[in-house]
Amino acid sequence: MEFLKDMWNFLKERKKYWLIPMIIVLLLVGILIIFGGSSSVAPFVYTLF
Amino acid sequence: MYILGISAYYHDSAACIIYNDEIIAAAHEERFSRKKHDSGFPTNSVKYCLNESGLTIADIEAVVYYEKPFLKFERLLESYYHFAPQGLTSFIKSIPVWIREKLFIKDELYSQLKKNGNLDKKKLKLYFSEHHLSHAASAYYPSGFDSAAVLTLDGMGEWASASIACGKDGELKIIKELHYPNSLGLLYSAFTYFLGFVVNSGEYKLMGLAPYGIEGSEQTEKYKNIIREKLVDIRPDGSIKLDMKYYGFATGLKMIKTRKWENLFGIKKREPSESISQQHCNMALAIQQITEEIVLNMAKEAKKLTGENNLCLAGGVALNCVANSVILSSGLFEKIFIQPASGDAGGALGAAMAYAYMHKKIPFTASESDKMKGAFLGPEFSDSEVLKTLRKYSADYKYFENNDDLFAFTAKQISEGKVCGWFRGRMEYGPRALGNRSILADARNSEMQKKLNLKIKFREGFRPFAPSVLSEDTRNYFDIEVSSPYMLYTAPVNASIRNKLPDDYNEMELMKKLYTQRSVIPAVTHCDFSARLQTVHKETNPNYHALITKFKELTGTGLIVNTSFNVRGEPIVCTPDDAFRCFMRTEMDILIMQNYVLIKEHQNIKPELFKEKFKPD
Repeated sequence: MEFLKDMWNFLKERKKYWLIPMIIVLLLVGILIIFGGSSSVAPFVYTLF
Repeated sequence: MYILGISAYYHDSAACIIYNDEIIAAAHEERFSRKKHDSGFPTNSVKYCLNESGLTIADIEAVVYYEKPFLKFERLLESYYHFAPQGLTSFIKSIPVWIREKLFIKDELYSQLKKNGNLDKKKLKLYFSEHHLSHAASAYYPSGFDSAAVLTLDGMGEWASASIACGKDGELKIIKELHYPNSLGLLYSAFTYFLGFVVNSGEYKLMGLAPYGIEGSEQTEKYKNIIREKLVDIRPDGSIKLDMKYYGFATGLKMIKTRKWENLFGIKKREPSESISQQHCNMALAIQQITEEIVLNMAKEAKKLTGENNLCLAGGVALNCVANSVILSSGLFEKIFIQPASGDAGGALGAAMAYAYMHKKIPFTASESDKMKGAFLGPEFSDSEVLKTLRKYSADYKYFENNDDLFAFTAKQISEGKVCGWFRGRMEYGPRALGNRSILADARNSEMQKKLNLKIKFREGFRPFAPSVLSEDTRNYFDIEVSSPYMLYTAPVNASIRNKLPDDYNEMELMKKLYTQRSVIPAVTHCDFSARLQTVHKETNPNYHALITKFKELTGTGLIVNTSFNVRGEPIVCTPDDAFRCFMRTEMDILIMQNYVLIKEHQNIKPELFKEKFKPD
């Protein structure tokens, strides 16, 4: 939660709201990349792509 | 008020503790972990700094990290967006690291710091300074100047790769920045890579190679023109613009687009195992001279924008002592201070100082000399700790009760051509050994450069060595008007002590050039008659000064060779154990640790026991 608060404050301070959708997508893709390689999430990744 | 500064997670991690405006302790993590350019959390350095200050982590007012990770992440995202769809491979490799570690750095720092004792997360204040502000603060605040222009130059911070700031009565303001992807540090690193050296550590080899290039030759001029016309647009206001179609760092995992560079220069990228030819030397000279031109433009701009008479320098590029000397000899500034830990390790100190002066507004006082304490800010080991190591290895040793006798003995050994490991006092902060973790030898000896490179340091034969000269004797040997306590300037060797070069010198092969006797101090005279000198001052290192004085009494020469106490690829030794092992695995003749003396031929220990392999840098 603290991370999300810090990130929001940062984006507000820098007025870079346009990065929000990109960050969300990238974080999700990133998380999939991390777990996709070795865990049970792998089939999910294959379904997506 | 104690403040802990930390730099980590890129390269050269370090920690530092300051008490108000006094630097208590500072050290590179690599010296403890024995991993060159260690980028992990500086666990050992933090522990050492706390011990040295007699504190626990709970006594620390604030912890300051040397850069802003979110800002760096913003730059990453924007550049991936800008260059998309190029850069997908790089993205796939880097984003998981960010998501796993770097974005959650706050939690990571808390959990690492917790290892040093009870930590109340709510009580401990964690701050993040900007990368170039940390560099600027590390240069301005310890400089002793009341007001100064501050120039910082490195590969890349968050967005900035260089900055000009103005420091006045304790206030530090950044006035101008050069932004990603334009970077002098990355331009230099691109050539480091093309010439077969390792990026982020081989840059000083490139600098050492440059003087073997032939100045004004058709090839050198051709390379300079190509660099100017194709690779970088050099502007008179100190800024530069890289033509990104030749560089790979923004979208790929390599510094450059190798094939394009090969077509441009008409030579193949040098492989690390490949021998060095004259064209490589000419290329090194070309980029070195271009770098000097850019650095000088930046210094002129700093002067123009601030009107100051003093200059402070920091950032990795400020370790380029040849470029520093160009600023010095330009006469733009009356006084110059260069942070000895100019690389990212120095960011730890800068971050702590920026917090103290800019956030907590502690009183600022100017001083005659700098506040770096000679850069001797690392751990020291007592006689009894040294003795423990010697007993552990059943080493043969002799103890000198009296410093005078010890210095006289050591000076005599050096004058007889022996190579001595010298381990005394607090370890240095910054990449240079300044006389507390050094290997010492006689600069007059014509065989010494070869012996040191090949038998002691196991490194490339072309690498030059630096002299440590008594500050009061500097002008007897070198043409320089200022002191150089941190080995950050080069100076020409005086004409009166030079030898005449053979007529066919420029046509000679690299190694033949290297072993030409250029002066009466051949081991420290580089092939362009320059030397990267260290002036030794009684005030900051009285023992080292006394040793060279003894050497002068014996030989009439007030300087010796000083090279860092390590072998190729190994971090500089930190503990007596590191020093003993390094001594045993090389052909070093004598080892002095505090007041203990060890002679190699008296050791009845198999050297094979100490064979350790370090990854060549």
